[in-house]
Amino acid sequence: MANEANQIILTPKEENIIKRYEISKHKNRPTVNDYIPKIFEDFIELHGDRGYSDDKAILTGLARFNGVAVTVIGHVKGKNTNENIEANFGMPHPEGYRKALRQMQQAEKFRRAVISLIDTPGAYCGVAAEERGQGEAIARNLMEMSRLTVPVIAIITGEGASGGALGIAQANKVLMLENATYSVISAKGFASLLWKDPKREKEAIIRQKMTSEDLLGLGVIDGIIPEPPEGAHKDIVLTAAAIKAALEANIAPLLKMSPEEIYNQRYKKFRDIGFFNET
Amino acid sequence: MGEQKMLKDLFKKAKYISVPIAKRAINEMGDKDNIQDYLICAKCEKKISAEEYENLLKVCPLCSHHTRLYAPERLEYTIDGGTFEEKYNNLQTLNPLEFEGYLEKIEKLQRITGLDEAILTGFGKIGDENTGIGIMDSSFLMASMGSVVGEKLARLFEEATEKRLPVVIFTASGGARMHEGIVSLMQMAKVSAAVGRHSDAGLLYITVLTDPTTGGVTASFASLGDIILAEPGAIVGFTGRRVIEGTIGHKLPDDFQTAEFLLSHGYIDKIVPRIDMKKTLSMLLKMHMRGEG
Ligand SMILES: [Zn+2]
Repeated sequence: MANEANQIILTPKEENIIKRYEISKHKNRPTVNDYIPKIFEDFIELHGDRGYSDDKAILTGLARFNGVAVTVIGHVKGKNTNENIEANFGMPHPEGYRKALRQMQQAEKFRRAVISLIDTPGAYCGVAAEERGQGEAIARNLMEMSRLTVPVIAIITGEGASGGALGIAQANKVLMLENATYSVISAKGFASLLWKDPKREKEAIIRQKMTSEDLLGLGVIDGIIPEPPEGAHKDIVLTAAAIKAALEANIAPLLKMSPEEIYNQRYKKFRDIGFFNET
Repeated sequence: MGEQKMLKDLFKKAKYISVPIAKRAINEMGDKDNIQDYLICAKCEKKISAEEYENLLKVCPLCSHHTRLYAPERLEYTIDGGTFEEKYNNLQTLNPLEFEGYLEKIEKLQRITGLDEAILTGFGKIGDENTGIGIMDSSFLMASMGSVVGEKLARLFEEATEKRLPVVIFTASGGARMHEGIVSLMQMAKVSAAVGRHSDAGLLYITVLTDPTTGGVTASFASLGDIILAEPGAIVGFTGRRVIEGTIGHKLPDDFQTAEFLLSHGYIDKIVPRIDMKKTLSMLLKMHMRGEG
């Protein structure tokens, strides 16, 4: 599909994938701070991991969803350079995952549902993150999230990349905005690692199967939330309403389940993901 | 009888891969003329006795550089002879991304290494204690975690939970298997959940971090052991050193992401030289036996 000059000829379906990808990266793509006031009432942000600091790349807090108290977690991105620097471009350090875990364990204690909004290019790659155990922090969240007996719903709103996304996305239901992406690595990273050529980014977007439609097909997500025709940024109110409707539809059956059923449903959901033959 | 047969198969495999081991010794050590008696250590580049090196379980007698091991070697050094029963080696990965050349690559690696995938799993005894065992082999596509590695680990933890046995995993991995994309990422969730169930049953899980353990394996089961041991000098981290150096624009100190670095930052329990590993594991397993210890 690629010729020597890396000029690729796309089918209409592939062109559509690239278009969605570009929408997901749009500079006006709505962020967690746009969505929270439109989906929840009475949001109270709660800070800190109680061990090291308050990571600004993940926010956590309490809110009401249709009157019922829930725990809200989300990656933070800004609308301009200053805001983005403040939020480290949505790339958490270990303390961000530990803050989220603290809130999730309180949700378990007080029997609240957890709503997690995912939008990150990945966990931060740096010296301090390694020194404070980035791997351990994500691993711990994966194990502890698997143990929760309250409903957890994750919604990928922008980009969900690598363990940095999964670290707060091990949910009973994983939903995705129509134009969002979810992947093990960025498209550029995929091209660099597998083809030693970061310039083959477009090809990687298509081959990596990172769009909502591909991921629904792979059984990795449970549902797609529609966006306005030209993308979420064209009508934030409408997009937030669609997210709210999807949350209502997905949380209702979970609230009827026993704690044990909730735990088992989440375990089975991830247990079943894998592509192999048994001989 | 079944156990005997599997064991025979395994040693057949071990024999089969002894050729690449010898080749690697020549290539890494660079001393083709004296390969019988002497080797050149890949780390300190000094001439060392091949016999001494083998007696130390492939550790340099001068600088104690721990050479990476193939899974069957690790098995031989760690598990009581004749007790290992291999399990779940009948799984063959599919190609969820329809990635060109992926399945051919797997088949080729299976031929070269004699392994079915990047991890060897089963049950056996360490110092007379029954335990679940997983040994990753970085010569198999950098022991990256795809569907089969995830499934083998999940089954190992589930069966150990049922049998009420501890689990010991030797980790080594480049992280996620990119060829399987998001499906690879999901294996982190699957295995971590299985570790959680095993732990909730009150059972012991020991991880031994070996060189190199990075990415999605560090960010899942490698970091979840009740007790985390590491071999001296093993590189363990989330993001690879070169990626971080690329981001920050300067070189990182030599000890960055070594087992010693992890120990000083509080992320592992103990560094154990290879020659002491079996004894240490056996002592730890015995201390967790109910009603004994
Ligand atoms: Zn040496």
